[in-house]
Amino acid sequence: MNTATTTIPVAGAHHGDHHGHHQPSGVLRWITTTNHKDIGTMYLTFALIMFFVGGLMILAVRVELFQPGLQLMRPEFFNQLIGVHALVMIFAALMPAATGFANWQIPLMIGAPDMALPRVNNWGFWLLPPAALLLTLPFVLSLFGIGDGALATGWTMYAPLSVQGGFGVDFAIFAVHLLGVSSILGSINIIVTIFNMRAPGMTMMKLPLFAWGWLITAFLLIATIPVLAGAVTMLLADRHFGTHFFSAAGGGDPILFQHLFWFFGHPEVYILLLPVWGLMPHVISTFSRKPIYGYKAQVYAFMAIGVLSVVVWAHHFFTVGMPTPALIYFMFATMSISLPLAVLFFCWIATMWRGAISFETPMLFALGFIVLFGIAGLTGLVLADVAADAQYHHSYFVVAHFHYALFAGGIMGVMTGVYYWLPKWTGRMYSERLGKLHFWLTAISFNLTFMPQFFLGLAGMPRRIPDYALQFAEFNAISTVGAFVLGFSQLIFAWNVWQCAKGGAKAPAKAWEGASGLEWELSSPPPYHSWETQPQVA
Amino acid sequence: MKMSRVPRRALHRLAFAAACGAPHAAHAAFQWNFPEPVTPIARDTLKIHNEFMTVITALFVVVFAIMIYSMIKHRKGADHPPAKFTGPSGKLQWFWTLVPFAILLFIDFVLMGVPAVEAVVNMEDTQNKADMVLKVTGMQWKWQYEYPDAGVKYISTLATPRDQIENQAPKDEHYLLEVDNPVVLPVGKKVRVLITSTDVIHTWWVPQFGVKRDAIPGFLRETWLRIDKPGIYRGQCAELCGKDHGFMPVVVKAVPEPEYLAWLDQKKAEAAAAASSSDRVWTKEELIDKGKEVYGRICMACHQPEGRGLPPTFPPLAGSKIVNGPLLSAEGRIIRDSHVDRVMNGKAGTAMQPFKNLLTDLEIASVITYERNSFGNARGDMIQPAQIRSLRQEKL
Ligand code: HEC
Ligand SMILES: [Cu+2]
Ligand SMILES: [Cu+2]
Repeated sequence: MNTATTTIPVAGAHHGDHHGHHQPSGVLRWITTTNHKDIGTMYLTFALIMFFVGGLMILAVRVELFQPGLQLMRPEFFNQLIGVHALVMIFAALMPAATGFANWQIPLMIGAPDMALPRVNNWGFWLLPPAALLLTLPFVLSLFGIGDGALATGWTMYAPLSVQGGFGVDFAIFAVHLLGVSSILGSINIIVTIFNMRAPGMTMMKLPLFAWGWLITAFLLIATIPVLAGAVTMLLADRHFGTHFFSAAGGGDPILFQHLFWFFGHPEVYILLLPVWGLMPHVISTFSRKPIYGYKAQVYAFMAIGVLSVVVWAHHFFTVGMPTPALIYFMFATMSISLPLAVLFFCWIATMWRGAISFETPMLFALGFIVLFGIAGLTGLVLADVAADAQYHHSYFVVAHFHYALFAGGIMGVMTGVYYWLPKWTGRMYSERLGKLHFWLTAISFNLTFMPQFFLGLAGMPRRIPDYALQFAEFNAISTVGAFVLGFSQLIFAWNVWQCAKGGAKAPAKAWEGASGLEWELSSPPPYHSWETQPQVA
Repeated sequence: MKMSRVPRRALHRLAFAAACGAPHAAHAAFQWNFPEPVTPIARDTLKIHNEFMTVITALFVVVFAIMIYSMIKHRKGADHPPAKFTGPSGKLQWFWTLVPFAILLFIDFVLMGVPAVEAVVNMEDTQNKADMVLKVTGMQWKWQYEYPDAGVKYISTLATPRDQIENQAPKDEHYLLEVDNPVVLPVGKKVRVLITSTDVIHTWWVPQFGVKRDAIPGFLRETWLRIDKPGIYRGQCAELCGKDHGFMPVVVKAVPEPEYLAWLDQKKAEAAAAASSSDRVWTKEELIDKGKEVYGRICMACHQPEGRGLPPTFPPLAGSKIVNGPLLSAEGRIIRDSHVDRVMNGKAGTAMQPFKNLLTDLEIASVITYERNSFGNARGDMIQPAQIRSLRQEKL
């Protein structure tokens, strides 16, 4: 990569512009494609579909919780919905969306012709649909009287409840395995691409922050997914092969499962968020018409968060009973994450400072993200406190907190990226009017849904219950109304994206006045093979 | 879940719930902070919580005031060209950049850290000067309370009637937070609470006590409380523990010590009466009557009214091979995998737990007799509490 020649052959394609002639068409094109943009599009489409699937599940839950009493469903079914909702949203919506971004953007942003391992890339995607099928099939089977439905343990699958469960648990275990393999393949591909395919002159310290965020995510995935895979395999063995990893009667320990699960589960939060933190500075800088503030500080903050994320897992189960020194260690380790996180907030706001800010939809989402994710971060800080956590834990306070982190932080972050890059991907502009409407409806109804859940938790409502005492009725009703507005507002998003792709106004190569970065030097949409001639980075 | 049946019935129920459901009872609507604390731990926690909330609200306001100022002041068209800086330059700027981090460090590790550590140490101090021990055992989906010093133990289950849950009747004030047998504790005494479970993980939680501790099968965890004020305190299981996780409340009645001691004596007398009940011979009708009550309290959550079960997870008892199988062997011993075996010893790896240690001789004998003569099962036979007492010694 350090030679003077900057033209390198495109992986597996010696036919230059005439790619079209050798490609299968129709469905086969999508099944066999190794093109990073095709695969990126598939990831994003899949994520959007699963976002609505997971959303429908939780709307059913919110209907049940609208009023005290059991109205719509039996508790068994309620328990299935909440757990599968979480797995779908995390593994089948948020993670694929982030991988879709990586596929589309990393080659464009680092000046590479494609991802380094195109076939691996294809596999990474095509493992997802079967996994989603495995997760949801038990629902369908139970309609025909086969089995007792999907996983009913919550997404955390804690033993021994999951040892007791029906075959929905086995389906979920295999789904997790497939999703895990897919993530690891994707991660290897991203790491190899970033390390080997950067344009000449692009040193690591010139790498776009989005690529940096994904790089750390990829390492975290490779470090933690195997632990999750191990944990669920042990669970499978306990269920069917007579082992006792998680059963005290046989010398095992149920809490071992929680340690293994959260050794994966805590970094998973950052796995979901680092790609978003990576894309934020690009968006803020574009619409502030000012260069990114504190590039290096942000890179080091990413690294610090990556490292800290694997040493704080036990704050997810302070109530199991731990030695006091362990409690205190995990409390302070968790609190210390607030420092690198504060660096990021500082840099985001400093990037805006004395800029010339305009408020197009991506910027609105970015600003909404900063404020609402701020609430997630601050409530996370108090959750780390063991004594107060005794009240917060297992309550709706936690539910509210992680939806501020994963909906406002994750999903709204993804939407920031979609609106920002959509003109690049489609070569067309989306409707600003609908985009702004979508933003305001989302931001308002999101708070209407989840702010009351903080209060419910403080007042003592446990999470994961299908029915509740009367003092929780009012806030639950409000939350349900909010959830419906929130859910239906997302249809505007889908419609806007569809309309844009179908026939929005033509977008120029550099779709945003203040944008900078290699991706804006390619046409919109970019050519089928991105950088056939690698650019020289100064 | 039979989906096809859902929509109409659901709509109907929703309408009913809206009509006669929530708001009629006297309850604290829109309660948005911790309920009134009644133990030292809960007071600590509330104080810390209020302090921390103030701190983070202040942080939130300051940071976003700066951001909003920038959004207004530095918007495009507010005629100045965008600046170009990408980091602090010069000593003074570095200083001002580092100040917020110094403040945050102070907040994390001193302002919040120090009181938090004190509270944790206090919370974990379970053994010093404990006046008594309460043992709590979680099981699907009820709590067993044991006073080891007095030899008293009993099971506590949800008292809310089914028809309130199904929206067939108006909900009363303590809907879902009421039990048949509450825990009774003396005020002003330090109670060391030992917690465990027989099946899956549950969590014992009473918000007004500020304690929440997981009940883990095969392990003993502990916490403590000292209730300052007589009263009735309500909480719930807080860890997803299966189907009826939302229906296993905790109710604690805190009373002055003399009242507590009187209650304990009464419980002891009841236990003695239960033990002696094994000495007499019971008629089949008496057993069936008693068994019906036990079934409704203990078994119905899983095996359902009329013994229908919820297949495939919870087998029906109506027409069950096991229930309709032989009672005991010719020598009067337990047959493996028979009705008596299943009820007394449970089945490992399933939700069917050994009831041998949870129920009295009379309760076991009566529920077995009841099941064999109900739900269309017509074995016609019965088993006496005295027989159960001797079978307890038996090893399979
Ligand atoms: C927490 C749920 C639960 C409770 C409560 C419960 N059971 Fe069970 N019971 C089960 C399960 C699950 C099985 C099936 C075990 C197996 O797989 O063989 C079962 C099986 C049985 C069987 C054997 C039925 C058959 O045909 O296999 C009998 C008899 C029985 N239970 C009686 C009782 C009685 C009596 C009580 C109350 C004292 C009770 N159960 C309470 C869950 C429960
Ligand atoms: Cu429980
Ligand atoms: Cu529970």
